Amino acid sequence: MKRTAREAEESNRTLNRRTLMLGGAMGAMVAVLGARMRYLQVDQADQFKLLAEENRINIRLIPPERGIIMDRNGKVIAGNEQNYRVVITREAAGDVDLVMRRLAAIIPMTAEELQASIDQVKSLRAFVPVTVAERLSWDDFSRVAVNAPALPGVVPEVGQSRRYPLDTDFAHVVGYVGPVSEKDLADLESPDPLLRIPKFQIGKIGVEKWMEETLRGEAGTKRIEVNSAGRVMRELERREGTPGKDIRLTIDAEVQNFAQARLGEESAAVVVMDVTNGDIICCASSPSFDPNLFVRGISHAEYNALMENDHRPLANKTVSGAYPPGSTFKMVTALAALEAGVATPDTRVSCPGYIEFGGRRFHCWKRSGHGTVRLSRSLSESCDVYYYEIAQKVGIDKIAEMGRKLGLGRKFDIPMSAITEGNMPDKAWKMARHKQEWRIGDTINASIGQGYVLASPLQLAVMTARIASGRQVLPRLVRMVQGRELPVPEAPALDIAPEHLAAVRKGMHEVVNGDNGTAKSSRIVEPTLAMAGKTGTSQVRNISKAEREAGVISNDQLPWHRRDHALFVGYAPYDNPRYAVSVVVEHGGGGSTAAAPIARDVILRALSDGLPPLNAYPASQRARIETMLRELPLRDPVTGRPPARSAT
Amino acid sequence: MSFLEYRVKQAPTGIRKILYMNWPLVVLVTAVASVGFLMLYSIAGGNLDTWARPQMERFAVGMVLMFIVAMVPIWFWRSMAGVAYLVAFVLLLVVEFFGTVGMGAQRWIDLGFIRLQPSEMMKFTLVMVLAAYYDWLDPKRVSRPLYVLIPVLLIVVPTVLVLMQPNLGTSLMLILAGATVMFVAGVSLWYFGAVLALGVSAVIGVFTLRGTEWQFLHDYQYRRIDTFLDPSADPLGAGYNIIQAKIALGSGGWSGKGFMQGTQSRLNFLPEKHTDFIFTTLAEEFGFVGAFSLLGLYALILGFCLVAAWQNRDRFSSLLIIGVAANFFFYIAVNLSMVMGMAPVVGVPLPLLSYGGSAMMVLLVGFGLVQSAHVHRPR
Repeated sequence: MKRTAREAEESNRTLNRRTLMLGGAMGAMVAVLGARMRYLQVDQADQFKLLAEENRINIRLIPPERGIIMDRNGKVIAGNEQNYRVVITREAAGDVDLVMRRLAAIIPMTAEELQASIDQVKSLRAFVPVTVAERLSWDDFSRVAVNAPALPGVVPEVGQSRRYPLDTDFAHVVGYVGPVSEKDLADLESPDPLLRIPKFQIGKIGVEKWMEETLRGEAGTKRIEVNSAGRVMRELERREGTPGKDIRLTIDAEVQNFAQARLGEESAAVVVMDVTNGDIICCASSPSFDPNLFVRGISHAEYNALMENDHRPLANKTVSGAYPPGSTFKMVTALAALEAGVATPDTRVSCPGYIEFGGRRFHCWKRSGHGTVRLSRSLSESCDVYYYEIAQKVGIDKIAEMGRKLGLGRKFDIPMSAITEGNMPDKAWKMARHKQEWRIGDTINASIGQGYVLASPLQLAVMTARIASGRQVLPRLVRMVQGRELPVPEAPALDIAPEHLAAVRKGMHEVVNGDNGTAKSSRIVEPTLAMAGKTGTSQVRNISKAEREAGVISNDQLPWHRRDHALFVGYAPYDNPRYAVSVVVEHGGGGSTAAAPIARDVILRALSDGLPPLNAYPASQRARIETMLRELPLRDPVTGRPPARSAT
Repeated sequence: MSFLEYRVKQAPTGIRKILYMNWPLVVLVTAVASVGFLMLYSIAGGNLDTWARPQMERFAVGMVLMFIVAMVPIWFWRSMAGVAYLVAFVLLLVVEFFGTVGMGAQRWIDLGFIRLQPSEMMKFTLVMVLAAYYDWLDPKRVSRPLYVLIPVLLIVVPTVLVLMQPNLGTSLMLILAGATVMFVAGVSLWYFGAVLALGVSAVIGVFTLRGTEWQFLHDYQYRRIDTFLDPSADPLGAGYNIIQAKIALGSGGWSGKGFMQGTQSRLNFLPEKHTDFIFTTLAEEFGFVGAFSLLGLYALILGFCLVAAWQNRDRFSSLLIIGVAANFFFYIAVNLSMVMGMAPVVGVPLPLLSYGGSAMMVLLVGFGLVQSAHVHRPR
């Protein structure tokens, strides 16, 4: 092909021109790319830097160590124990089935557990560690560690879990912890993010629940670097949290253990209170249960057994049980009458065994009557008619006012669950509650602590403490937080004339120490420890007409759930009150026989360093008491272990 | 003075040819490739064997190929252009019917020792055949319809085959590089205007036909376009790549996070981090300074190519150099635009940096052609 030089020159010029245009276009594109780079990397750098940081940094919470709950002397009631557990990561394990089978051969694990663990490991992402066994013994745990080379992906870990070494003794007071439920989260306005950690445990009832904020502490955080799949690459920074605060209760664990053992299998409650400052020394409800079961995860069978027991082991009878106080209420009626001026300690009332009112007959417990009764004897022999008479004069509103003054019908602010208000009825209450006028018969019933009157063992203990001390003592359950004593403001004096209180106390002294006192068999003979008190027997049934016609049936002949409640309130020592006690034995029969002996034993235990001194008991009872005390299933004071029981 | 005369007299011979090569270009290409090795080493978390070493080995082989191609006289390559084009075309047909399916696309023939990607071969054989065609064609006739139709067919037929694989990125590259050669050869601007208008209407057509049986593109290709238009609509799905790439780039800032310190890429937030998205790692670790420097190196390579084309008085050589440079340029432009969120994600590697043997070797062979044209240029 021939071309002239001119043509070649021409075409070459075109080519060069176009090349130049192309170069210009390329240059422009490069400039655009450069500008875009500048925009992204310089102008918008800060924004993207933030996004990149969020991408890779993940903040994880470190659960704080939960505060320890101790008794007043520092004995651990709720502690944290090392929880030896085994964690497996599928990614590192390789053949999960093989590794898990090897693991199951060296630690206790049922076939179902094994299969469940394998399924769980396989269902989660490969790098997610799964806990396959918990609460291993040290031996099992070390076996896993020793066999580590044969168990790829298996990591023995040490965590913390709650433990209640005194198990049944404090189940009701301290309660237990459990995993956070949806309801727990819904109840809180802005739940601590900690609560969303899987398997995190919070207090469910009792002190564990009501002191939750104090005990929980604050979460630490660790900043970890993750990749897009969420796998942890490394830990960047760690900020330790604040452990929860330790708490010391006012309760003496040894007295509590004694009381719990003394109550035995009865459905009963005991409260012991320090009358000088309101410290609750003992707050026992029986039967009890082992809170450790709930921490571990209670089985259906165990739970149903607790629920179906007619002695209601789960209920905290000391604060949740509302009982008709029966004759233990008579001090209130007496003080109301004395304060109102309608009676003096010397006012005489004749007791023929009953009074008639509006065509209805109200019986005294003693059908034959007490004859002429004054205040002291009305208490010591528990004459009902005396109170029927004076109550009509003073009126229910004054009685209710006195009841409230002494601590009845109100809820005390202590960190326990299901605290009842009880009931201190008056005219306005009945109108509001039942839309009915208050009748005089209601007053007569209320005067001896029956009818609408309801009180918990705690309230009865407070009432007794106030009578004994003459001060508006308030119950207190927490003594120290993180080693710092909580201040106890001195309780102001009760607005009751001291001579009236003295008269009632004298009557209470006669109840236990008088020749005809209803609780004389439960007296304390050691003068420095002498006890004053009041028995009570409260009906839980209406005596039917047929029963009345057949004559009074003794309690023993009735089915358990229809027997009377036995009550006793008291304090000791009489001349220098230290502790008030209240005892309720559900369906226990008479207060003098079922409740008063328990009250005596427990208050003596509180007053002494060890077991109740035998010389405090009447000589004739010592042998029996000694045997009884020896056979009590008490814990070893040092190890806290319960006694080895024969097969029960 | 005829072309034949001076080529015999003045072209260097033997080993001396090496001295007449365009050495700045060799150095620049090696420099860019070295940046690639560095990045692959970093992305592998400091592991040489994962990507960096294989890439270096391929680069070495590619360089040897480049020198061999450069030593062969350019007129030999011109005479081979038609044959090479035919071979590549036949291989494209073969791959269409017998090729191995990889990543949902038929792209290579496994010959046992090497995986042959005919679409890669086609990139430069197309340029060669077009250059030879315009060298043969009387410059006065370049804009006549019949003589425009021939190169258009030469471009479009293999492009369609590549598109059927399907490989949108490479087919786009074939069209752009072919069109550039036609443009520089002097084809009337009217044709380009007409094609541009046609293209715009085609785009409209593509979108209006979407969802019907007649839709042009695969669903995934549509999605890529959607994602490009609004990456935030599906941040963890299809838009993920673009968002993460922009975060990597942006968080690099002025001077970057430092070598091996790029969190985005090392922690796997970036997809395709060692292939199409390798630039993000560079930008993250070396910042604007590093990214812009790379752009500068690329611009220099392009500049040296264009100057070589300008200086070369042989029409075939000039057009061939332009074709190779255009190819190189469009890869860079499309890849960077994509990574920086200015274009849809089309699978286009960044030349000399992205991990991948075929593309690297083909590119170096392309530069070998440029060198051959330069060494054997009329003096």
